[in-house]
Amino acid sequence: MTTSTALEPRQRAPRGEPVRPTLRERIAKWDVKVSPYLYIAPFFVVFAIVGLFPLLYTAYVSLFDWEVGDDHPKFLGLKNYAELLGDGQFWNSVVNTLSIFVLSSGPQVVIAVLLAALLNTRLRGPTGWRVGILLPYAASLVAIGIIFANLFGPNYGLVNSIFESLGLGRVDWQANRFASHLAIATMVNWRWTGYNALIVLAAMQALPKDVLEAAVVDGAGAIRRFVSVTLPMLRPTLIFVVITSTIGGLQIFTEPKLFDAMPGSNNGGSTHQFQTVTLYMYQSGFESFDLGYASAIAWVLFLLIVVIAVLNFLITRRMGRIR
Amino acid sequence: MRHLHKGVSFAIGLAVLGASLAACGGGDSSTGANESGGQIELTIGTFTEFGYESLLPEYERLHPGIKITHHKTGEGGPYHQNLITKLAAGSGLEDVTAVEEGHFSDIVDKGGKFNDLTEIGPKDVTADRWLGWKYDAGKDSDGRLIGYGTDIGPLALCYRKDLLAAANLPSDPAGVKALFASWDSYFAAGQSYVQKTGKPWFDASSQLYNSMINQLDVGYFDRGNNLTIESNPGIKAAWDRVTTAIGQGQSAKLVAFGNEWKTGFAQGAFATTVCPSWMLGVVKEDAGPANAGKWAVTDAFPNGGGNWGGSYLTVPKQSKHPKEAAELAAWLTAPEQQLKAFQAKGNFPSQTQALTSPELLNQTDPYFGDVKTGELYAEQARKVTKAQYKGPGDGQIQENVTSPALQAVEQGKSPADAWQQVVDGANKIAK
Repeated sequence: MTTSTALEPRQRAPRGEPVRPTLRERIAKWDVKVSPYLYIAPFFVVFAIVGLFPLLYTAYVSLFDWEVGDDHPKFLGLKNYAELLGDGQFWNSVVNTLSIFVLSSGPQVVIAVLLAALLNTRLRGPTGWRVGILLPYAASLVAIGIIFANLFGPNYGLVNSIFESLGLGRVDWQANRFASHLAIATMVNWRWTGYNALIVLAAMQALPKDVLEAAVVDGAGAIRRFVSVTLPMLRPTLIFVVITSTIGGLQIFTEPKLFDAMPGSNNGGSTHQFQTVTLYMYQSGFESFDLGYASAIAWVLFLLIVVIAVLNFLITRRMGRIR
Repeated sequence: MRHLHKGVSFAIGLAVLGASLAACGGGDSSTGANESGGQIELTIGTFTEFGYESLLPEYERLHPGIKITHHKTGEGGPYHQNLITKLAAGSGLEDVTAVEEGHFSDIVDKGGKFNDLTEIGPKDVTADRWLGWKYDAGKDSDGRLIGYGTDIGPLALCYRKDLLAAANLPSDPAGVKALFASWDSYFAAGQSYVQKTGKPWFDASSQLYNSMINQLDVGYFDRGNNLTIESNPGIKAAWDRVTTAIGQGQSAKLVAFGNEWKTGFAQGAFATTVCPSWMLGVVKEDAGPANAGKWAVTDAFPNGGGNWGGSYLTVPKQSKHPKEAAELAAWLTAPEQQLKAFQAKGNFPSQTQALTSPELLNQTDPYFGDVKTGELYAEQARKVTKAQYKGPGDGQIQENVTSPALQAVEQGKSPADAWQQVVDGANKIAK
């Protein structure tokens, strides 16, 4: 393409003759037709390379008995999936993941909405408060993991010391299955609640004032206004928050990995009591070097996330309708 | 954008697309081993501290045609993961690649991807350079020598003199020898310690259990790579002994190398711990200056000696200069050089000649009451009689099956149920 031609002053075609488009006109036409695609192309090209291709290639690998270093992987068909469905450790990890997900996403969304409602009232130094609740999100995940693992240490952890000084019994945060899930969910909540609260807050501030004012005129109290007017109008935002936290919650990896008292372990505790699906997938792929099996886990996890995200979407939509 | 010329905007669009594509496609695949101007460039990959920093320039000085690039990784775990992946990919490994003893089982059945050092290495490098068991453990499943031994980790026992004395147990070097003569006497002493003080005797059950397993003639796998966990009486016996001790309250129930374990050292939460040569540094750091002089190390280890740790230098088949790489590996693992590495970083040499050198024998450690640590560990190294064969998956069984199962017993699971967990887990890995 020679831009110098395009920069020359345009010469008008004599009247009456059929207009032959100049190079510049042709470029202009191409510009209108093609440029928009070129501008959005980088995303799609990058997505195809780092998103779509790995997705499809993982599906392909999952059909093989493919160990790292195998020169000739053996084709298994769906055998990896059949084995996976009968694998107790896998189902154990699914239950752990769901349990941690419920313990984290549930309180997280509720607290985020309440926090947003508080931040939406007239406060001194609103920016300070808003930045304040976002601070945990800015902290490094690994640092949080290490600090919380220390806080929840069974022998010398701060949480148990406080429990003891309050006259409560010590909790073995590592050994007890539910306690370990609670500890991990606490890490997740600490990090993500503020972030979600800000998203909800932004949505709250965009709500039309006249509807709320009409409710005031109708004599609705603050709580009634919040439940009957604000919440239903927040529905699209809540759906977004719930779906993103579903995706994040079901892929939880770093927190349980760092929580394990055994350094670097992917076991998720002595009897896999807090091994999540992604942790099991990582262990299968990069510790047992069984890439085929790990790929099968990845795909089942993907389908699981889709199913639960759709369920959450339906539930959240319905909740809005009832109100 | 409105004022931009249409053609220019079209050009920008193309440029953005091109740049993003280039960014994706970019990535160099140079492996480093290239000749430049008649010089041979060698690469060497190590992890944590090998003490080779001053040795490599010395080798370059002695061999003007050779240039060495040292790739050093901080942690062993990621290093070995990377090693397996690059071994699989068929490129990217260094000409001389270090492998740790605990990860050697991951490559023992992939010996074909490494050069046989008896074939390509210098002919004057023979088995008698090393301790016999160290040399034998550098062979793959087919008995080919794929690694030259660097250092070792002979086992000794560390104990708190003050805590033993407080429990009316002998705490002087001669007295503890009887206490630590066998596992029976060790656990019996532990039981009386617990009865007198109500405090735990050792730090973590997996530390003892792994040492006991390493003393067996046959470990988790026989030479044919068959899993022996159910047929090998020694394994179950070790399990029963350790789990019984847990039941008696002898374990501090700490997870080895975890944060609470480190705190346990500082708090004096236990009286004894397994001490390979490299552990002295760990004890010093975690117990801290406040506990200086309280810890002692003895050359008595239950049922003889043992080894934990140490590495090998291998030459992968991917190397473009295998002969030169083997020469470098042979030079680095010579007694003179390993002795320098020992002085630099404390890596205990595996070469017989180095074990008799005055520099090593005269080394003392004030933290442990000025005991002659060099002489002590040289003595412990000679007590090891043979190398136990480690089949593929050996390291994984230890990390992911037996250690967690012992932790589960410490957390309250019944030893019988936990043993079932061991059998199931080991079978899954060996499958």
